[in-house]
Amino acid sequence: MGTVLARWAPPPMLAMFALFLLLPTVLPRFGYTYLGTEVMIFAIFALGYNLLLGYTGLPAFGHGAFFGIGGYLLGMTQKWTTGGLALPLVAATAGTLLFGAAVALFVARRRGIYFSLLTIAFGVMFWFMVFVFDTWTGGEDGLTGINRLALLGYALRDNVPFYYFVYAWFVGVTLVLWRIVNSPFGQVIRAIRQSESRARAVGYDTARYKWAVFTLSCGFAGLAGGLYALARFGAFAEPMSLSQSGNVVLMCLIGGGFASFYGPVLGVVVFLVLRDVLSTLTDHWMLAYGVLFMAVILFMPEGILGVVRRLRQPAGFHDTGAAHAARAEEAAPPLHSRAPGERER
Amino acid sequence: MTDTPPGSPGSTPVLETRGLRKAFGGHVVLDGVDLSFEPGGLSALIGPNGAGKTTCFNLLTGFLAADGGEIRFKGQDVTRLPPHRRARLGICRSFQILNLFDDDTVLENVRVAVPSMRARGFDCWTPAGAVSAAEDRAARIVRLIGLGGRERVAARYLSYGQRRLLEIGLALAGEPELLLLDEPTSGLGMRPMETLRELVQQLSARLTIVVIEHDMDFVLTLSHHVTVLHRGRVIAEGPPAAIRDHPEVREAYLGRLGAPAPREARG
Repeated sequence: MGTVLARWAPPPMLAMFALFLLLPTVLPRFGYTYLGTEVMIFAIFALGYNLLLGYTGLPAFGHGAFFGIGGYLLGMTQKWTTGGLALPLVAATAGTLLFGAAVALFVARRRGIYFSLLTIAFGVMFWFMVFVFDTWTGGEDGLTGINRLALLGYALRDNVPFYYFVYAWFVGVTLVLWRIVNSPFGQVIRAIRQSESRARAVGYDTARYKWAVFTLSCGFAGLAGGLYALARFGAFAEPMSLSQSGNVVLMCLIGGGFASFYGPVLGVVVFLVLRDVLSTLTDHWMLAYGVLFMAVILFMPEGILGVVRRLRQPAGFHDTGAAHAARAEEAAPPLHSRAPGERER
Repeated sequence: MTDTPPGSPGSTPVLETRGLRKAFGGHVVLDGVDLSFEPGGLSALIGPNGAGKTTCFNLLTGFLAADGGEIRFKGQDVTRLPPHRRARLGICRSFQILNLFDDDTVLENVRVAVPSMRARGFDCWTPAGAVSAAEDRAARIVRLIGLGGRERVAARYLSYGQRRLLEIGLALAGEPELLLLDEPTSGLGMRPMETLRELVQQLSARLTIVVIEHDMDFVLTLSHHVTVLHRGRVIAEGPPAAIRDHPEVREAYLGRLGAPAPREARG
């Protein structure tokens, strides 16, 4: 029973779900319900992006484009078809997945700096396309008039119902991603990050896997972008800019996306909450923000959870339910095996 | 195939090359190399540093493209196949410089290399540990390479000798018909060396193994066939005893082979 639960959602994940479930009991008092919603939307984006960065080791720098495309696809579908929520969200996710699949054809065979540069080039290209096709996207003004509508009798226009609407997506995406990273596919992409040449030597067509993981991460970016367009009642070009694309990389790095499955979520929380707090304290919050992130990258290159991990034990990167169960049976674990308490990744 | 002794003439070679050529810029590394490895047993590929041995392995496994010549595996032309296709045919290699999945456990390292896992590589849903065919086979290989009991240890925390053994384990996991080992004993102390010798000897009874090796004791006692590469050409080949006394080989090695009989040389 325990292992079945662990297979779906290990304790830290349940704790995270519980925390986000209860947040609306306190957030509205501070007027932060919307911020909580944004945190979960960007967590979906960052968790999906971390498949690429943290798990496969592919630093894509133009991923904001796919987040933005998701928003526009949601808006266009809602405005020009039957409206509603379901179809626009499906269109945002599936449509962005297709955009990602097409781009991935070009980038999946590139490595290192060439991979990164090409993703930047595509990101910038999509950014410009927003203004070229401004009859569809609204150009500078954005695609406004997107409607959150209602679900099960709750008007999503209100922030708390909308929070729980996004929460459901956040939980679903987290569960799906946890399955993915622990699946054979998850093993293969991790293998590619650690040694692509060895992965090829044991028979994997690594370019196909990189194509698949890029495509998948774009699907999650599209879903997050669609939710973001609902949140803001409009789709805008700004999340597609290069600097916004850099933010998701920072979120993953700060939280510890290389060290832990939950790194991106923590990174998003730190990033967005800090921005909010700092901007109320000082007009020069961007400066403080920059210095802070430089310090993180310099002194904790593995991110916050990477440091936590290192302090707790000399451990490997990840864990699976099966591995945990097997280890629990070991009478005397060898000196350097992972400590039994380790669960997350 | 009947039970012909290893290397007996007349059997179809597992691997054969004709006029294999490779140059880096103007520097010719392999200059028309003909190789032929009969099924079964252990063949050694030796030669001084820079002779082109590792380049040769990289051509055989597809990590480098040949500039000329042809590579046949069990009669099939594989010259243009990418590395993963050759691995799937059963040409599996180890690396001279340790090339492991360091963050993953010993079991996970081997498991990801097992064909039954590879067949499900795009499965995004099943927990990897639940692919029982792969799990079982990986566990058997881990025991075979003498790392039983260390399954849950991350590869980076193994001793150097154990990492060398895991390097072979990863190649073995692919169910090779031809196993290419690039300096498997490099840097090993006495004890792990013994483990490795036993392992290789045991494997050579049922696989075709080609090994690049500098340890002459290893080469002369374990192999049935030696090919000597020097400046991109095969300068001699034959049974180990003949190679040891081959004048050109002695000259190429400048005493390394000409030294007193290797057993004594090792002390």
